[in-house]
Amino acid sequence: MSSFALCLAVSAALFTLGVVGVMVKRNAIVVFMCIELMLNAANLAFVTFSRQHGGMDGQIFVFFVMAIAAAEVAIGLAIIVTVFKNRASINVDDVTMLRR
Amino acid sequence: METLLYLVFGLTALIGAVLVIVNRNPVYSALSLVLTMFAVSALYVLQQAYFVAAVQLVVYAGAIVVLFLFVIMLLNLGESDNLPVASGARRFLGAILGVTFAGIVGAVVWEYASTARIAAGPASDVDHTKQLARVLFQNYLLPFEVVSLVLLAALVGIIVLIRTGGSGGDASEADHV
Repeated sequence: MSSFALCLAVSAALFTLGVVGVMVKRNAIVVFMCIELMLNAANLAFVTFSRQHGGMDGQIFVFFVMAIAAAEVAIGLAIIVTVFKNRASINVDDVTMLRR
Repeated sequence: METLLYLVFGLTALIGAVLVIVNRNPVYSALSLVLTMFAVSALYVLQQAYFVAAVQLVVYAGAIVVLFLFVIMLLNLGESDNLPVASGARRFLGAILGVTFAGIVGAVVWEYASTARIAAGPASDVDHTKQLARVLFQNYLLPFEVVSLVLLAALVGIIVLIRTGGSGGDASEADHV
């Protein structure tokens, strides 16, 4: 098994674990962590394909994904803090309505 | 030897990801996430993406996970916060969806990996970081600047959200009086 196929397999498995985490977990912060896992899986696939094709463009995309991930995490955690202030809970099942 | 390293770090990444999901305490989940980030960074190093590996460590393990830990501790969501366990039906559904998804993604990867020709990567004596900087600042200069705007917008959004979103905020109070 080549290192290329191995990295792609790891990437696919990481993405699947992220999806399962988002489905199963109810703690909003852990759901966010699982979204980070999925973004990391995509990054790993980008770098692997970039190596495969001998170009640098895949690695550039990884930087953009990281920047967007940082912005997303910061805003998401701000939303979680706000929800916690209003409801004293971060169970995603408690936040089914936008109003109080 | 190199394949062994790929195997070890790939398995470490997967173990970390499983621990993120399995742990009940979100602090342990965040620390398992750091394990996954380190392993993925090692995979980047093995693929000669040295600068990406460094940025991965600084941004993910250094900034994002610290942000997670900060919020967990700010909201005091340690061991004391026991959310009810997901119901059996939900776990079953999650397992079925997970297996299905793994099958689909695995099939696509298998199809591609078995048919792809192995192209020669860039020569190993080239300075990868210099090459990366050339591509980033020549071909992708406009997206680079747009990303800085996105980050600025996120910053402003967070400040607005935190100042007016909580129950103590002025706008929120005015809405509910």
